[in-house]
Amino acid sequence: MSSAATTCPVAIRIQQDDFDIAREIAVLTKSRTDIGAVVSFSGICRADEDSSKIAALTLEHYPGMAEAEIKRHVDEAISRWPLNGVTVIHRVGRFEPGQNIVLVLTASQHRRAAFEAAEFLMDYLKTSAPFWKKEESATGTGWVEAHARDDEAAARWTKS
Amino acid sequence: MKLKYFAWVRERVGKAEETIDPPATVRTVEELIAWLSAQSEAYAYAFEKPKVIRTAIDHAHVKADAAIAGAREIAFFPPMTGG
Repeated sequence: MSSAATTCPVAIRIQQDDFDIAREIAVLTKSRTDIGAVVSFSGICRADEDSSKIAALTLEHYPGMAEAEIKRHVDEAISRWPLNGVTVIHRVGRFEPGQNIVLVLTASQHRRAAFEAAEFLMDYLKTSAPFWKKEESATGTGWVEAHARDDEAAARWTKS
Repeated sequence: MKLKYFAWVRERVGKAEETIDPPATVRTVEELIAWLSAQSEAYAYAFEKPKVIRTAIDHAHVKADAAIAGAREIAFFPPMTGG
């Protein structure tokens, strides 16, 4: 067992099933006394998108590349911050408002690394991991357009 | 080589994947897009704004000037909207 594997276990899952945040945190921190901070981000399907009401979202992904792209950014996060564990779960399928879509957990000795790494991972998940959302609303269905604000959020991590 | 399409690119092309054998003169991603666009109206519609299209070769993001030689799988898709 390598020291990297013992100090920062990584779990990346793409699944249709829901996740249980408390259970995922328990798995991440079980038998660990070196973790002082866990940050949890959940992305949830919301009903209000700009001026229209959304009835449902369908998430499509590119199997193989999606996992690889998430792994690439988790590896980068581990090289940038002293992390003691990372869990990323992204759901695919059809979701109604209120349902979970994505979970990012970052564990560290201290809170700052965990907060920053979780935000870094979410910014790159949104702009670089191959997932696409299709919206259903009263006016029909359509693919969600990418937002420039998400690209800007990801770009700030490359500023030196 | 295998081609894969996702989201509205898939809907416009009308299929999720296919195997193609482009001529040797097609060397880069942008040349492949131009070659496909000349094949039928469905491709022309999918690639009508080539600058919007994102491309991956063997599961890694690439730019339009990337060489396609040796690629096993090339995927075309819109800007990503996950998370």
